Amino acid sequence: MMETFAALGGGFAVALQPTNLFLALIGCIIGTAIGVLPGIGPLNAIALLLPFCLALKLPPESALILLAAVYYGSGYGGRITAILLNMPGEPSAVLTTLDGHPLAKQGRGGAALAISGIGSFVGATIAVVLMSFLSVPLARVAVAFSPADYVALIAFALSLLGAVGGGSAPKAWAAGCLGILLAMVGIDSGTGVERYTAGSMELLGGLDFTVLAIGLFAIGEILLLIETRIRAEAAKLGHGQRLTFGEILFCLPAMFRATGIGFVIGVLPGAGASVASALSYTAEKRLNENTGKFGQGDMRGVAAPETADNAAQIGNLVPMLSLGIPGSGTTAVLLGALLMYNITPGPLLFEQKPDVAWGLIASMYIGNCMLLLLNLPLVGIFARLLTVPAWVLYPGVLALSFAGVYAASNSAFDLLLAIGFGIMGWAFRKLDVPLVPIILGFVLGRMLEDNLRRAMSLSDGDVMALVASPVSIALWVMTLGALLWPLLARRRAA
Amino acid sequence: MNSLRGRTGETSMQRRALLAATALMPFAARAQGFTPQNPECIAPAAPGGGFDLTCRLTTRMLNETGIVTQPIRTQNMPGGIGAVAINHINAQRRTDANVIVAVSTGSWVNMAQGRFGRFAENDVRWIGAIGADYGVIAVRRDSRFTNLGELMAALRADPASVPMGAGGAVGSQDWHKAALIARAAGADPRRMRYVPFEGGGQSMAALLGGHIQVFPGDASEVRGQFEAGEIRLLAVLSAQRLPGALAQVPTAREQGVEVDWPIVRGFYGPPQMPDAAYNFWVDAIRRLQANPAWPEARSAQGLFEFNLVGAEYAELAKRRTAEFRQLAREVGLVTQTQ
Repeated sequence: MMETFAALGGGFAVALQPTNLFLALIGCIIGTAIGVLPGIGPLNAIALLLPFCLALKLPPESALILLAAVYYGSGYGGRITAILLNMPGEPSAVLTTLDGHPLAKQGRGGAALAISGIGSFVGATIAVVLMSFLSVPLARVAVAFSPADYVALIAFALSLLGAVGGGSAPKAWAAGCLGILLAMVGIDSGTGVERYTAGSMELLGGLDFTVLAIGLFAIGEILLLIETRIRAEAAKLGHGQRLTFGEILFCLPAMFRATGIGFVIGVLPGAGASVASALSYTAEKRLNENTGKFGQGDMRGVAAPETADNAAQIGNLVPMLSLGIPGSGTTAVLLGALLMYNITPGPLLFEQKPDVAWGLIASMYIGNCMLLLLNLPLVGIFARLLTVPAWVLYPGVLALSFAGVYAASNSAFDLLLAIGFGIMGWAFRKLDVPLVPIILGFVLGRMLEDNLRRAMSLSDGDVMALVASPVSIALWVMTLGALLWPLLARRRAA
Repeated sequence: MNSLRGRTGETSMQRRALLAATALMPFAARAQGFTPQNPECIAPAAPGGGFDLTCRLTTRMLNETGIVTQPIRTQNMPGGIGAVAINHINAQRRTDANVIVAVSTGSWVNMAQGRFGRFAENDVRWIGAIGADYGVIAVRRDSRFTNLGELMAALRADPASVPMGAGGAVGSQDWHKAALIARAAGADPRRMRYVPFEGGGQSMAALLGGHIQVFPGDASEVRGQFEAGEIRLLAVLSAQRLPGALAQVPTAREQGVEVDWPIVRGFYGPPQMPDAAYNFWVDAIRRLQANPAWPEARSAQGLFEFNLVGAEYAELAKRRTAEFRQLAREVGLVTQTQ
């Protein structure tokens, strides 16, 4: 314990150097910006910044402080468009639309932005504290999580799909299944067979999340607005309904639960922030079934997924720093950055390069404070986005969305694909088919299939392997509970 | 770094010829007076992957050393694991003198399996390799296998008794390492238990967690775990031992197994790139390899020395692709008709 404090102190000495403070600030600003912009994620931004770090001859700890700030800063940005415009800027912000946008429509967009910023700060900061003290043992536990355990975890997350659909559970399930089907497009990793590619080369690598999300949410929303001629439905700027201290206290328990869920899920190398935000949202909804107004603008429905998202992002860094195992594409690029500085990422990083490892951790305490201070005053400015006339705002958003898709892929095909999904999103809105389950099905479907096949292949096809560990049994019991709960609740009500 | 020479399995004769050519080529190329205009490097993947790094770091070094004075732009062209890029080049830029495309052993595997549509190894001009990573066979530190022979014996007895996993699909370059070892053991690669993971990181997690027993990974990605004593390396799949931390690990050849697996990274140009331009780019890569600043930049990409340009590189690309095609046919991999 004392050793950890000493090491952390050394880390702060590194992180508090003026250059590193400045770089953390720059990283936080870039991170927030790319979180807002659809299409450009932290992975692209870090990959593009890396050559600059080398060209500027930044020392490794400074480069990592900058790049990591971009990474966790992006967790603060994705919510802004999700809340104000119903267009998530990144995968894990999809859940935030469910309550964030209704709040914005009620004129409480500013309050929703503020609570999500506070939630992000709480989640990230607690996660950094946990990471400082428990990194190595946690990472050891995380690698013991087997493919069969992942199957149970993802099945549990999927079993909650019915809860994120708004109204009709059958429609939510159908939408979720559609998402799973969309995830099947591309070369199948188990056999190398092409699935649903219709002979198109562009589809060999599968559908891109950005294309799907921008199509369904951004383009679909705009098509609907064109049709309804932007009537009173659109969000409006609130007056005098700022976030109250009471509301923050009201959301605190939800934030703490979401931090726990987010951090644990984030530490697992095979799960991610999307799973974390989905689980924490549905957990809150289930826990507060009778008192909450989830789906119509519950503050906790904004706080929970945003808190979990940031806690998971930090959690994702645990296996990367303590074992040298990247849990996601973005952390893999961060690891690549270390490699470029001739630093071998691995279990010895804390011993061999304490400046880098502890400097980075210390900078995350500072960076998250910066992000909170950056974000709270900006809430008013962001919310003012809604005062921009619709004929300026929506074409602008559309242009940015297309630019985002094209920047990520350089492919006109993806633009057409996004338009196709846009029409689909428009039609589904009219049919009251919820869009969030499509996205979740898409993200979770591939993970489910991959892990199920891994588990089956490792057990030689023995289905019992799926319930071989205590963790998986517990998760399956929870899955069954989640599936049966609505039926039981209905009976009790009747 | 000289100790690394010749690890590619190419003969030293070829190298000497190559060195002789190095002395003459610059003048030849410059004499033909090709000057690139708005040169471009296509990385056939999204930012952050191996192709992207190949482009960005190589072009940065080419510019910094002044070998190419015009700034080279990196363009990402993801789609179909490189298929979109090769089709773009063949459909729209067949004669373009100002574009090079990043390529790796993984692309040769895809060409061999017909995944690039009707285009394959004869539809591009092979410019040169900038370096190579090498396959390794990794097991956990407490594994029952202490050398390659024990693993091969287990595979021979029952290929399905050893769960293996790596970051690529069945038929991918990661899978090939496992398949070649199984085949060398006299086992049918179709019967081995190979589990694809999402990237090397997750495979390493599965190895440390005991879910798989063998991880046929790459040298650069396992080094940290190896130095920390978390894993044991049964073999490196290079012709000679690797330098640095991995020097104590025997090659597969030393253990009587004729399996090499260099992951060669390099560039190709359009099929009808003018000779003057082709020579310019070949010469540029050659001069980069001779530049004193290059070894450090290369190792930063996790690459070992692998200097092969022009005709020799083309020969390697075509020979390797033919071998992969043969193996794919042998083990009945699903391939696309051409």
